[in-house]
Amino acid sequence: MASIDIAHVQKSYGIHPVLHGVDLEIKDGEFVVLVGPSGCGKSTLLRMIAGLEAVTEGEIRIAGKRVNDLAPKDRDIAMVFQSYALYPHMSVEKNMSYSLRLRKTAKDKIASVVAGAASKLGLDPLMERRPKALSGGQRQRVAMGRAIVRQPKAFLFDEPLSNLDARLREQMRAEIKKLHQDLGATSIYVTHDQIEAMTLADRIVAMHGGIIQQVGSPLELYDNPANLFVAGFIGSPGMNFFDGRYMVSGENGNFVLTGGVVLPLGSNANLADGSRATLGIRPEHVVLGAEGPNALKATVDLVEPTGFGIIVHLKLGPVAFKAFTLDRRFLGMHGDVAVRLPVPNLHFFNEEGRKV
Amino acid sequence: MTGKRILSTLAHRLAILAYVAFALFPLYWLLKVSVTPNNLLYSEGIRMWPSQTSFEHFEFVLRHSEFPTFFKNSLIVSGSTAVIVTVLASLAGYAMSRFNFRGKYWIVTLMLLTQMFPLVMLVAPIFKMLSPLGLTNSLTGLVIVYTAFNVPFATFLMQSFFDGIPKDLEEAAMIDGATQFVAFRQIILPLTLPGIAATLGFVFTAAWSELLFSLMLISGNDAATFPVGLLSFVSKFSVDFGQMMAAGVMALIPACLFFLLIQRYLVQGLTAGAVKG
Ligand SMILES: Nc1ncnc2c1ncn2[C@@H]1O[C@H](COP(=O)(O)OP(=O)(O)OP(=O)(O)O)[C@@H](O)[C@H]1O
Ligand SMILES: [Mg+2]
Repeated sequence: MASIDIAHVQKSYGIHPVLHGVDLEIKDGEFVVLVGPSGCGKSTLLRMIAGLEAVTEGEIRIAGKRVNDLAPKDRDIAMVFQSYALYPHMSVEKNMSYSLRLRKTAKDKIASVVAGAASKLGLDPLMERRPKALSGGQRQRVAMGRAIVRQPKAFLFDEPLSNLDARLREQMRAEIKKLHQDLGATSIYVTHDQIEAMTLADRIVAMHGGIIQQVGSPLELYDNPANLFVAGFIGSPGMNFFDGRYMVSGENGNFVLTGGVVLPLGSNANLADGSRATLGIRPEHVVLGAEGPNALKATVDLVEPTGFGIIVHLKLGPVAFKAFTLDRRFLGMHGDVAVRLPVPNLHFFNEEGRKV
Repeated sequence: MTGKRILSTLAHRLAILAYVAFALFPLYWLLKVSVTPNNLLYSEGIRMWPSQTSFEHFEFVLRHSEFPTFFKNSLIVSGSTAVIVTVLASLAGYAMSRFNFRGKYWIVTLMLLTQMFPLVMLVAPIFKMLSPLGLTNSLTGLVIVYTAFNVPFATFLMQSFFDGIPKDLEEAAMIDGATQFVAFRQIILPLTLPGIAATLGFVFTAAWSELLFSLMLISGNDAATFPVGLLSFVSKFSVDFGQMMAAGVMALIPACLFFLLIQRYLVQGLTAGAVKG
């Protein structure tokens, strides 16, 4: 186990910059999840840590030691690929023991370690099979097994579950979490999946366009997103955004939506009078059917039952937004409805998109 | 509807049959002439099968001609060429497939260029180069020339096989603790066996049937390969067709054996299960 420090790391392919100065300190034993839209450089960062990609600028340290110029085999890390990358001409057992055989580990030691990993992953009956005779889920397990047979300094995962169906993904997600609790190994995990990021991470690193947008615990990112990108990216269904202008009238601030609807805030937000801003609110915070002085009149567009709850698509004038509720009374809703946007749950973003 | 389907299947089969018959007929004729006794060769006219068969030509060729020497020479030349070319082409093809290096574009262009000239143009310069080195009347000289001619195409062939193997596999091996070369030898090479077999087979048959350079570079019977040797059945006044065909039939044997040997590697699908597709 080891800490991983990434200091001012940049990466360009030819003249195309992909990562613009990434700084990240990962503590020993921490589970860090990298999220971000496709093409933002998550895999590139992971592959640089693994040594599969050269570092253009900056420094990567594993356990305090600079590894920029170290070959992958000398970095002592394990990686699970999205494609699994199992060796097709070797049995499951040979796949799992390959790294140990390369290190000339004693035969009986290999046997006991591989057997231990196999039973942990439920692979015992499959040890003699070739990868092509395995299901997708089983292959995924073998890929995990291959990583855990030795005690590497860190585990790297590049979307390891994205090829599995939803049910299997849920199951493997829990197993990965359990494995991490057992082994306590430093892990970096790349995913597109909100739920995986939220459930697995000690800390989430949200990336966009080769720049780290925010680093924090899952709930920090959820409750207190640093900017518009993080606010929109974390959470499903995503946060609602309303463009408008912030107006001060006496002691109180008001938010005037594009379209003219005025939202009294009761107190002052940290915004200049008359400045453009964006207001955000999570769908589950939108209160439906709330008559009262501050209620807004919205029109129901569409009702989507998810079983667990209901997603209601609404329109406030021309602006579309969503509400999420557990109350089944709203299943048959149509026409106009009174909604309230509770002030404590509002997020404000200034013109540059930063949270205020 | 079903009648139509049967009809189209029938037409399909017939077309395949006609094609196979067309392709195999020369071989059949070779076999037929080789077992026809000399006295029937010109007297029976054109028949699909002689009224009487004998192995006299085979016996004569093996006992009284120099065919066994030609055969041995061909085996040495073709076998060595196939092995040397395949080793070189595997290494070069891997480099072409996986590495980016300066001058790669030019190397590829030059290699393509070598494939564009008719070989006849090169006979004189090659003879001129080899003769001061004492390589004109030797099998080594032939192996060198054949290797030079076959390496470019074999390299492209091997490169396409390496391109078909996911890069993830060797990256996984390198993370598991292998150097790039160990990953190549233990992971990539075993998966390229079909490609290696195909390259071996291709080069072997090319060298086995090469006539032009063999004819130009070799003068005596000692170092003659079998395509040249076949010409020794053509004398000033007559052609010994029976013996020539018998020699031809025997010359087919190694090529057939070779393909039998490697055919299990030619079966594709060895990489199935490597990555989720
Ligand atoms: N070998 C390469 N040459 C040039 N550009 C590359 C290369 N590999 C990746 N890129 C570019 O780098 C950027 C980041 O790629 P990367 O694979 O890290 O994205 P990602 O965040 O992992 O995306 P995804 O979620 O789709 O896997 C992309 O714009 C991609 O086009
Ligand atoms: Mg990726």
